[in-house]
Amino acid sequence: MLSKSQARAFFLGGTLVTFLAFIGLTVYSFMPSNDQSNHHLIDEQVIRGKHLWETNNCMGCHSLMGEGGYYAPELTKVVDRKGEPMIKAILQSPVIWAPNGRKMGPYEMSEEDSEAMVAFFKWVGQIDLNGFDRVVSPLAKDKANK
Amino acid sequence: MKYKSQQVAYWFFALCMLLFALQVVYGFIMGFARIGMDGLHEFIPFHTARAVHTNLLVVWLLTGFMGAAYYIIPEEAQRELVSVKWAYVQLISLALVGVAAITGYHFNIWEGRKFLEIPRELDYLVVVNVLLFLGIILTTLFKGKRQTTTALVLCMGLVFAALLYLPGMIWFDSQVTDSFFRWWVVHLWVEGVWELIMGGILAFLLIKLTGVDREVIEKWLYVIVGLTFLSGILGTGHHYYYIGVNKIWLVVGGVFSALEPLAFLAMALFAVYMYRKGEKTHPNKIALFWTIGASIVSFIGAGLLGFAHTLPQTNIYTHGTLVTAMHGHYAFWGAYAMIVLAIISYAMPNITGRKKFDNFNGHLAFWLSNIGILGMVVALGVAGVVQVYLERRLGMEFMVAQEEVKIHFVVMLLCASMFATGVGLYIYEFFKFGRPTDEALAKHDEPELIAVS
Repeated sequence: MLSKSQARAFFLGGTLVTFLAFIGLTVYSFMPSNDQSNHHLIDEQVIRGKHLWETNNCMGCHSLMGEGGYYAPELTKVVDRKGEPMIKAILQSPVIWAPNGRKMGPYEMSEEDSEAMVAFFKWVGQIDLNGFDRVVSPLAKDKANK
Repeated sequence: MKYKSQQVAYWFFALCMLLFALQVVYGFIMGFARIGMDGLHEFIPFHTARAVHTNLLVVWLLTGFMGAAYYIIPEEAQRELVSVKWAYVQLISLALVGVAAITGYHFNIWEGRKFLEIPRELDYLVVVNVLLFLGIILTTLFKGKRQTTTALVLCMGLVFAALLYLPGMIWFDSQVTDSFFRWWVVHLWVEGVWELIMGGILAFLLIKLTGVDREVIEKWLYVIVGLTFLSGILGTGHHYYYIGVNKIWLVVGGVFSALEPLAFLAMALFAVYMYRKGEKTHPNKIALFWTIGASIVSFIGAGLLGFAHTLPQTNIYTHGTLVTAMHGHYAFWGAYAMIVLAIISYAMPNITGRKKFDNFNGHLAFWLSNIGILGMVVALGVAGVVQVYLERRLGMEFMVAQEEVKIHFVVMLLCASMFATGVGLYIYEFFKFGRPTDEALAKHDEPELIAVS
């Protein structure tokens, strides 16, 4: 029968081994040769867009790469689906945007900020998401196949 | 109650009740918005309601864990807390940080990272607060007469939870890297170290409620937390399938997250077996219901419902849909909310000296909240499956699919009303206990366990 010290050894040993494996896999994932995000394409515009994405808590309603609020559309391939002019128009709108009933506040972004947001979305849209991009945005896939 | 300083726990539990009530209110605001009734949009838009709802969940659970630690550690270490005054300072500062964060969310002040919306400036205050808490708890434990496995596992969970908060405070230029390390906090909390805290509280309650030998319970506690880390750490990989990192996570995350239900199964079997093995019975039936209930519902909510969409072949369709919300609600309820409500139910008669162990309202609160949330989870699950089919299989636009699932949110709101009634009754019963009293000290620590004939 298992003793208490054996149970403790199982806990400590198992934790140590899996933790080390986890750290190793993390390092492996971020090796430049394994990059799937086009990290080299991140410029000041993309960083500014990410900052705006966070400080306005866009993720509270929308989702990006499948992560977010599930209340408003997924935006991984939004530039492919909606195009730059429409995205900028929505972000710069002085009135509530509610094409399907659900409301998005008037963000009244400047031209520079909305361009940064578009740059951020374009960068996200090029990430290799292991196939998820094709499932989450069939419209983008259809467009790509035409 | 053996030690006067355990009374501190009452005020943490009271704050817990207030935050929990507020969380439910914001849940309703979100639910109504989903069926088109969003009259509060101007003041509380959906993303504000969501940030408040999820952050209140995290804060009231952490407040509950802290209250549990302030109650359990003196009893396990067999001494008073090293400083009651600093414990109150910690409580008040925790409440102030929480109020500041939630107020800020209504004025567009946040970080906008799911579950970690709290602004960076307040993050530093959280760190100071948690360090103070850990200082009090760990000093008490190591100055005490004994360091039991139950107390050590509980403290280990609390220390790891504090350490894991730090990766969430690092700024990354890349959304991929940001998301990767955000899960170090969120996943490794809820599917890792919080399970240690849950295991520690569960072991304490089982020792007290069943009369089973401490050595037996603590031996199996090690096995359970061992299984938790063995599967949960590499199971983080199920969040990495589709966020722009290497495909190796499809294999690693798939295999290890499929093992995660084992820890919850072991916890459920452990609790039920210890209850049956116990040769004595405790009069606090309400606490027993919440304790055994937590172990079973956590297995269903966190274990089975998590497993239902954890394999990459399934998750590619369910990732980022209401299926996740379905799993999230039942997992948090079973694993963490119920165990906090269990320790509160156990501690309150001992802190206040009012031996209300087995009353109608207490049982009604248990059943109404549990049946209510089960209904909510079923409604969310149906909405999620319909969403997946319409949006991910048939290629409908997001908003068109959302229109189709609206009716399931009506059902969810009806069930949420039942849930809220149960929660309201629990909170009402909590405050009916009255304040802590020193008279409780003069009495026996707790009622004698009665031998089962």
